[in-house]
Amino acid sequence: MAVSGLLERYHARHSAIHRAAPRAKLIAALAYIFAITFTREGDWTALALLALPVVAVVVASRLPLLLVLRRALLTLPFLLVALPLLFTRPGETIAELPVLGWTVSDEGAVAVVTILAKSWLSVIVAVVLMATTEAPALLRSLRALRLPRLLVASIEFAYRYLFVVTDEATRMLQARSSRSAAIDGRRSGGSVRWRARVAGNLVGTLFVRSIERSERVHAAMLARGYDGEPRQLAAPALDRAALVVAVLMVLYGCAVQVGVRL
Amino acid sequence: MSDNGARPTGDAAPALRLRGLHYDYPDGSTGLRGVDLDIERGELVAVLGPNGAGKSTLMRLLNGLIRGDGAIDVFGERLTDETVRSIRSRVGLLFSNPDDQLFSPTVIDDVAYGPLHQGLDADEVLARSRAALAEVGMAAYEDRTPHRLSLGEKKRVAIATVLSMRPDILVLDEPTSALAPAARHELIELLRALPQTQIIATHDMAMARDLASRVVVLSDGRVVGDGPTEVVLGDRELLREHDLEPALHGQAGAQRDSA
Repeated sequence: MAVSGLLERYHARHSAIHRAAPRAKLIAALAYIFAITFTREGDWTALALLALPVVAVVVASRLPLLLVLRRALLTLPFLLVALPLLFTRPGETIAELPVLGWTVSDEGAVAVVTILAKSWLSVIVAVVLMATTEAPALLRSLRALRLPRLLVASIEFAYRYLFVVTDEATRMLQARSSRSAAIDGRRSGGSVRWRARVAGNLVGTLFVRSIERSERVHAAMLARGYDGEPRQLAAPALDRAALVVAVLMVLYGCAVQVGVRL
Repeated sequence: MSDNGARPTGDAAPALRLRGLHYDYPDGSTGLRGVDLDIERGELVAVLGPNGAGKSTLMRLLNGLIRGDGAIDVFGERLTDETVRSIRSRVGLLFSNPDDQLFSPTVIDDVAYGPLHQGLDADEVLARSRAALAEVGMAAYEDRTPHRLSLGEKKRVAIATVLSMRPDILVLDEPTSALAPAARHELIELLRALPQTQIIATHDMAMARDLASRVVVLSDGRVVGDGPTEVVLGDRELLREHDLEPALHGQAGAQRDSA
C-alpha cells in the first residue's frame, strides 16, 4: 500500500453533488468564498445565512461528516494568523493571560471568531469540491475558466508527479526499513546522529532524483514538440446548468451581503 | 490505419543515414565514437549492447534531444537546428520509463500533447489521439490518470503518445524492460503490427530474435556487429566478447554448488 493513496482527495459516492458539472461546482465554490470575505466582523446573521448552503451541500454530498470535518482542520493555520488580534485590538478587556499579562479585548475576540468562521466555511466548501470532483475534471475546469496556462500546467505536473515522488519515497523508506534489522543481544539502530544523516541522505536523494526526473520529463516534452508554450485540449463548452448554479450562488452571496447591510 | 505508415517519397534516401556520429557527455566521457549506419524504410532493427554502450545516447541523438558531431539524415533531410522540430514529427521517441513520458493528468491529454504542438485543429487532434489509443488497444482508458495504470498499460499509452504524431520512424528505448511475461508478449505483438520503421534499443535478446529483421551491436560507442538477426545472434564469439551471452542458454536450472 503506497502512501500515494492517502493523497487522493476524491471520495467516491453517488450524490447530486458528485454528478454536478465540475465547472459549476468550481464557479459556485469560488463565488461563495468571494462572497463570504465581505462579511463584516460580528455579523452573525450573515454568517448563519452563509452557513446554510454549506450545510445543505455537505448533507447532499453524502460524504462522511467526519471526513469533511477532519479535512477542514486545514483551517487551523488561519487560527495562528488570527490569534494576535485577540491582544492587539483595542477594546474592553475580557480576560488576561496569567504570566505575560497580555489582555484580550472583546473586539479582538469577535474579530478572531469571525475570521475563523469565514475560513472554516470556505475550507469546508473547498473540501467538498475536492472530495466530489475528480482532479483531472477540476483541472480541466481551471483551463476552461482561462486561468493562465502556465499556472494550470504547473498544477497538472504537481498532480501527476506528487504520486510518483511519494511512491519513490515510500520505496526508499521500505528499503531502509527492510535493512534496519536487529541481532539478538546487540544494541541495534546506531547513533541518533548517524540515523539523522541517513534520513538526510534519503531526502537529498529524493531531491536529486526528482531533479533528474524533471530533466527526463522535459526531454519527453521536447521530443513531442514542446516549444515553451503550454498547449492543452480545449475543455467542452460551459453547459447551462453550470451557469445557472453559478449565477444562483453569486446572487445568494450578494443577497446576503446586501440584505444584512440594509 | 492506412496513412500511419511510411510515407511514400520520391527519392530513395534511406529512413536514417548516420555518418561519423560522435558524442561526448557533458562530463567529458565519450558516449559515441564514430557511428555509421544506414536504416532502410520499413526495417525493424534491434540495437543490442551492454550497459553504457551508448544505446540510449544514440536514441536521443536520433530525435535531436542531444546534439553531437557527425551527420544524421532522416529521409534525406539533414538534422539541424532548423529542421529539428519537423524531424521530431517524423521520428517518434519512446522513453524507457513511461512515468517520464506520461506527464499529463489524463491519458487523452497526454496522447493529444504531440498533435497539439504540431498545431493541428482541435477536432483533428482528438481524432488522431483516439485513433492512436485504439491502435494500442487502450481506447477505453481515455479519462484515466496515468498513475493508476499498470506498467504494461503505461507502456502502451506511451506508444500511443508517439503514434498520435503520425511518425514514420519509431525509436524505442528498452520497450520491454521490467514487463511481466504476458504484458511483454502483448507489447511485442503490438510492435510487430506497427507499419513504421523501428529502431529498438534493448537488452531483451529474445525479443530481438522474435521481432527484428536486423541486429546492430553497439559496444563502447562503436558499431561492432551489424547484420541479419540470425547471423548476428548466431555469432557466439561476438556476443561473448561484448557481454551479450545468448539468452536462455545452458545455465537454466543449473545445480547450485554445495559447499
